[in-house]
Amino acid sequence: MQNKKHNLNKIANREALIGVGLVIFNFIWWYGFAYGLGSKDPDEYRIIFGLPDWFFYSCVVGFIVMVVLVIIVVKAFFVEIPFDYEDEEGEAER
Amino acid sequence: MNWAAIIPLFIFLIIIFLVGLYASKFVQSSKSFLDEYFLGDRSLGGFVLAMTMTATYGSASSFIGGPGTAYTQGLGWVLLAMSQVATGYFVLMVLGKKFAIVTRRYKAITMVDFLKERYKSPVVVILSAISIIVFLFSAMAAQWIGGARLIESLTGMSYTTALFIFAASVLVYVTIGGFRAVALTDAIQGSIMFIGTLILLIATIIAGGGISNIIADLHAENPNLISPFGAEGTLTPAYVSSFWILVGVGVVALPQIAVRAMSYKNAKSMHRALIIGTIVVGFIMLNMHLIGVFARPILPGIEIGDKVMPLIALETMPAWLAGIVLAAPMAAIMSTVDSLLILVSSTIIKDVYINYMKPDASHTTVKRMSIGVTGILGVIIFIMALDPPDLIIWLNLFAFGGLEAAFIWPVILGLYWRNGNKYGAIASIIVGVGLYTLSDLLPKLLSIDSTAMDSFFKPFGMHAVVVPVIASFIAYVLVSLLTRKTIPNELKPNF
Repeated sequence: MQNKKHNLNKIANREALIGVGLVIFNFIWWYGFAYGLGSKDPDEYRIIFGLPDWFFYSCVVGFIVMVVLVIIVVKAFFVEIPFDYEDEEGEAER
Repeated sequence: MNWAAIIPLFIFLIIIFLVGLYASKFVQSSKSFLDEYFLGDRSLGGFVLAMTMTATYGSASSFIGGPGTAYTQGLGWVLLAMSQVATGYFVLMVLGKKFAIVTRRYKAITMVDFLKERYKSPVVVILSAISIIVFLFSAMAAQWIGGARLIESLTGMSYTTALFIFAASVLVYVTIGGFRAVALTDAIQGSIMFIGTLILLIATIIAGGGISNIIADLHAENPNLISPFGAEGTLTPAYVSSFWILVGVGVVALPQIAVRAMSYKNAKSMHRALIIGTIVVGFIMLNMHLIGVFARPILPGIEIGDKVMPLIALETMPAWLAGIVLAAPMAAIMSTVDSLLILVSSTIIKDVYINYMKPDASHTTVKRMSIGVTGILGVIIFIMALDPPDLIIWLNLFAFGGLEAAFIWPVILGLYWRNGNKYGAIASIIVGVGLYTLSDLLPKLLSIDSTAMDSFFKPFGMHAVVVPVIASFIAYVLVSLLTRKTIPNELKPNF
């Protein structure tokens, strides 16, 4: 049973790390497009769907990318584990 | 009196009230009163969980103040607001399954319960309970004032009448229905926020003659409005980025948010909530703040930022539809207030009363006390909001940042670092809250040249929350390592 507990822990730790990875990626995307494209003179912004390019990529596309990434990560890497392993352990020992 | 706006608002209040009644059935019949009343018996599904997280977090500031500032600052403020997309997935992923498993094992029903079992230290519990009660009480009072002002401006009633209606409706459903009523009404309120902002954004774009047109108008007025740097060029990348801590990742440490990360039924609910939450929070934040920016060419010259939302709704839509859409900010305020109310009540009952005053209190006493304290808290806040003391207003400014600085490391490192201990947690809470409060207090008290102060408390022009969060991390780790030997191995967590 110790083994199973160990596994659950590994899963939980990995998923938390994925969260940290996602937020770092999110920040880089957001920052890169906003200040990479946005630092020009406002007269030189390209307009995409009516919005300035930096805003379109950073905030609109950035948001959509994050939603897609979250969906992929959850469907592909997140494991459905039981939360009350203590009870199962107790029963097994009994 | 503006009847077209009042009727949708009252229908909304009646629905909320019915949900409270429905939830109170669970409270009456539950086997474990505390679990049910303060945590909804850990039975939330994915949709309700996502909505209650978003709605609790999206408060008066994001719904009324946010669009108002976006109106003044332009797209740079929308960029800043988008740092909140992270809250949609980060909280649930980082606290995650570990928090769900550990809090179940500890049988914790509040965040303080978790800290108590993890650190086994009365000092940690008392410090946490005091921070929560002081900060969240003030935050709550400020939100009530916001709610009452909104009803006042929508309906033309007096402030006192508006406050009474607001207070009475929140109090009734929270007191009788507990956490389940809060979560279910949050789901309704979150949906209203989602749909309301969408309708209003579309109406605003149409009124402005299309997005291209609006952006061209903004550019003609002041090119900075469409840059990431704000109308006056004052929004520096360091300042804007530091909001990723204040309103992005730091949110994991807010007790009213963390408690939700222990309230869901199973892994499946959590997975669904991750996806729905990210979509909903990003959608609402983007639309809400864009409305503020787009309102500028349509209604130029609004002096008070808080009025941008109500005015643009009344300008672009027929009154009855405006009434429905303006139920959205109302919903945002209510859904924050109700969560804070039940949280402060749980802190008083579970963390203080049962822990230290009467551990053997009977089921009936606990039940009566819980409902009583929730009700009395509401009445006190009502009286405070009638004529808000300056102290409350001041404390409210620190509420969220202060709680984040206090709890982020005791919670996160407590969960993932075996060697973190009570001394580290105590040091972290004191350093975090202390530094954050001093960053405002010291320059005022000493009235000396503030540039030296600023470069210490706000290096590179970042928000004042950054330094306390970093300092409290160092305090936690250093003190935990220094005192490592004093904690016997069997007291360390074995997860």
